[in-house]
Amino acid sequence: MSNAQIERQWTSRLRHRVVEKLPPEKLLPDTQPAYVASWIYVFGVTTMAALGIVILTGTILALDGPQWWHSSSLGHFINSMHLWSVEIFFFAMVVHLWGKFSMAAWRGGRSMTWVTGGVTFLASILAGFTGYVSQTNFDSQWISTQAKDGINATGGGAFFNVLNLGQMLMWHIVLLPLAAVVLTGLHVIMVRVKGVVPPFEETTEVSA
Amino acid sequence: MAQGWGLGALFNLDHYGHYIQWHVIQISVANLVVIILMVATFIAALFAPFPGRRNRKGSK
Repeated sequence: MSNAQIERQWTSRLRHRVVEKLPPEKLLPDTQPAYVASWIYVFGVTTMAALGIVILTGTILALDGPQWWHSSSLGHFINSMHLWSVEIFFFAMVVHLWGKFSMAAWRGGRSMTWVTGGVTFLASILAGFTGYVSQTNFDSQWISTQAKDGINATGGGAFFNVLNLGQMLMWHIVLLPLAAVVLTGLHVIMVRVKGVVPPFEETTEVSA
Repeated sequence: MAQGWGLGALFNLDHYGHYIQWHVIQISVANLVVIILMVATFIAALFAPFPGRRNRKGSK
């Protein structure tokens, strides 16, 4: 096979395109712009670290199931770790959202970075909600019976039945974590491709 | 209930939640505390000095 034929293959073309868009030094940079040296820039990575703990503790909970996490000391501990990492996840994500909103982080062709972050937030809210109704305790019964009226009022109850524990658990441990992780990955790739949004330019002009 | 490891909350959480109500707005004290902490963290993140910032040179 000649070099020209190899270059025409879809694998070659895709590789060239990916490397052109996201060269290794942009994917894993050694330095960051000076303006990133601020506490407001740490909440994105805090959110990702918390997401890692959420996934890890959720995986451990899945190994032994509800009877274990309700009845053993270690189960209680891992269950609490899962809850509190979710709390930190949302806490950091909201501060990250406020920070990025205040600096209009969609500037400079970063609209898809903003959109993937926003959709990740919505998917995470749904993941949190399905987690609350999958606890298999009185709390989850209360939340699901309260939520069903709201969801049924939208017509969504035909497809998303919060009283169906099996469905809620599958959404919580398969579909929504997959969505959250994939969307987070896309979000980070967009940040790497476009770079971290710079601060607003200072201006000395005064409007009349 | 199974015996724990002696770890517990710093203060007693074994009671019904407290709520604040103002006209049609109702919020639990726990949620309000979290919101206040988020706002405080956001403001602190904007103004708190970042370690080593003075010595850092713009790399890009």
